[in-house]
Amino acid sequence: MEKFTVLKGIVAPLDARNVDTDQIVPKQFLKRIQRTGYEDVLFYDWRYLDDGKTPNPQFEMNAERYKGATILLTRDNFGCGSSREHAPWALKDYGFRCIVAISFADIFYNNCFNNGILPVTLAPETIEQLFHEVRTHENYMLEVDLVNQKVTKPNGEKIHFDIHSFLKERLLNGWDQIGLTLRYEDLIDKFEKRHPLRL
Amino acid sequence: MVKSIYEKIWDAHLVYEPEDQDPIIYIDRHYVHEVTSPQAFEGLRIAGRKVRRPDLTFATMDHNIPTTNRDKPIADPMSALQVETLKKNCKEFGIECFDMHDPRNGIVHVVGPELGLTQPGMTIVCGDSHTSTHGAFGALAFGIGTSEVEHVLATQTLLQRKSKTMEIRIEGELPLGVTAKDLIMHIIGKIGTDGGTGYVIEYTGEVVRKLSMEGRMTLCNMTIEAGARAGLISPDETTVKYLKGRPYISKNISEEELIQLWLSWASDPGCSYDKTVVIDAREVEPQVTWGTSPEMVSPISGRVPVLSEIQDTNRKNAVEKALKYMGLEEGTPIEAIEVDKIFIGSCTNGRIEDLREVAKVVKGYKISKRIKQAIIVPGSMLVKKQAEQEGLHSIFINAGFEWREPGCSMCLAMNDDRLNPGERCASTSNRNFEGRQGKGGRTHLVSPAMAGACAIMGHFVDIRKWKFND
Repeated sequence: MEKFTVLKGIVAPLDARNVDTDQIVPKQFLKRIQRTGYEDVLFYDWRYLDDGKTPNPQFEMNAERYKGATILLTRDNFGCGSSREHAPWALKDYGFRCIVAISFADIFYNNCFNNGILPVTLAPETIEQLFHEVRTHENYMLEVDLVNQKVTKPNGEKIHFDIHSFLKERLLNGWDQIGLTLRYEDLIDKFEKRHPLRL
Repeated sequence: MVKSIYEKIWDAHLVYEPEDQDPIIYIDRHYVHEVTSPQAFEGLRIAGRKVRRPDLTFATMDHNIPTTNRDKPIADPMSALQVETLKKNCKEFGIECFDMHDPRNGIVHVVGPELGLTQPGMTIVCGDSHTSTHGAFGALAFGIGTSEVEHVLATQTLLQRKSKTMEIRIEGELPLGVTAKDLIMHIIGKIGTDGGTGYVIEYTGEVVRKLSMEGRMTLCNMTIEAGARAGLISPDETTVKYLKGRPYISKNISEEELIQLWLSWASDPGCSYDKTVVIDAREVEPQVTWGTSPEMVSPISGRVPVLSEIQDTNRKNAVEKALKYMGLEEGTPIEAIEVDKIFIGSCTNGRIEDLREVAKVVKGYKISKRIKQAIIVPGSMLVKKQAEQEGLHSIFINAGFEWREPGCSMCLAMNDDRLNPGERCASTSNRNFEGRQGKGGRTHLVSPAMAGACAIMGHFVDIRKWKFND
């Protein structure tokens, strides 16, 4: 898995609460059996007009100034609903490596860490201020430093964020979860011998 | 030491807690379906790994499969490929698969319980958020992503951080005509779609004890809509009665012993929770969602919100956006909302008891002329068979409903069952997200009884005043 240490990039705003994974990737694209190639279907129903091709000018993220964005700014409970990992796959394929929000839904949050995406949780008033700044400054960029757990604004102001130490280590090192667990295979063997499986 | 059911299951499944990483917990049952598994199997192949415990892994196909003409090949080539891929993967890795022609086929969260695969005290995962359903049996059950599916296939374990516990104690008694579906929608309306984030919720109280297993499954099923990791209900005599004699109950242990073990998982009296929420069941009315998130819900006697009455700007924006999408005027009485289509089914309400509820309501009636389509999709082949033995299908067909083959169907519209843009649907499913039942479709979540009454009247009604034809 790709490592995440420090990222400096353009921020794109998605001004909505409770963005569910059906919006991130609609179900018709869950029929694929591949893990990549979802960049064009991210936010499909919001991003395109009814023909499914023409960019919707009303969708804020489509604006030229947010092209090449690697950081997504949004509000609370991002990624709620279905467990589909297609959601982080599509965000990553589009180019996002970091999502800054007030809060995240549980399964989506876990899925991010299996795909090298850093979800950053910040206070509601900080998010409000960031929305304001992104909209009033062209080419607005943030620097997200996972090592020091800091988000740095263009004016140099640093904002601390919390993250569980193990999740942080996983992203910093790009660790594969299965590889980590298999280090303890003998313990799983032992556990299985004493655990009733009810077959 | 007194423990809650969550703590008991956690302790009994903890393989190891390394100092520098998340605890490793053992998984007793892994359910697999066609949509979230192909990339996981592919990952195993690439890494040259095997499925550690194919005997603890069970597959069914449900999301993509058609609910008509099941004898013909699946028309959509991508759906057909996904279904075929699951079949091939199961064969290659030695996993039992209830394919779409198997008499045990159905929605994964209906099949697991009815076959007796789901039992108290187990840990159960599936690449599907509604895995929370199985918590009704006192099993710790939750949805996982595809990378985690691969992890469970390879190791039969999962890395987990311990959740906080929330007790939702439901006191009083549910009024007549108010169901488990109304109760859970009322709870989500109260605590919000992120009210349970970071928690495992245990439902307690007399109301829960009196609920059937079907009702308990509905409650736990939609717990994910409140953002919780899992929902749990301590096992009791109702649980035992439901499970006894089911085909996948172990024969290697005497029934008496097994029942004692099942019941021993129940939370100890006096155990503590990180948080307790008390719900007064007497306050719960039949519920209808009016927006695009399950928390946007109203009692049947209520109205769609009025924007000027909402203080918080972000909330106001969300409501405004939802009303626009739903094509609803502010302040519209819920009973005045007319619908175009009816969907009865899903892992929330596709079980035999749900269908009996609908049959009671629609018996002797015909569906309204304004209803373009009303479909009833049983949750599994076994539910379908049972309903037909009881003659429920005749009641439905006589009333004007279409009686379909089992599957997820219009809950998420991955097959051909879907809404057209602008169509309004009374649905017994679990999510009213934008486009969930078809692009531009407008979903109102309701109980099975409400969906039945809505089909007859063409609009929402107070089911408590319904005139039944017995």
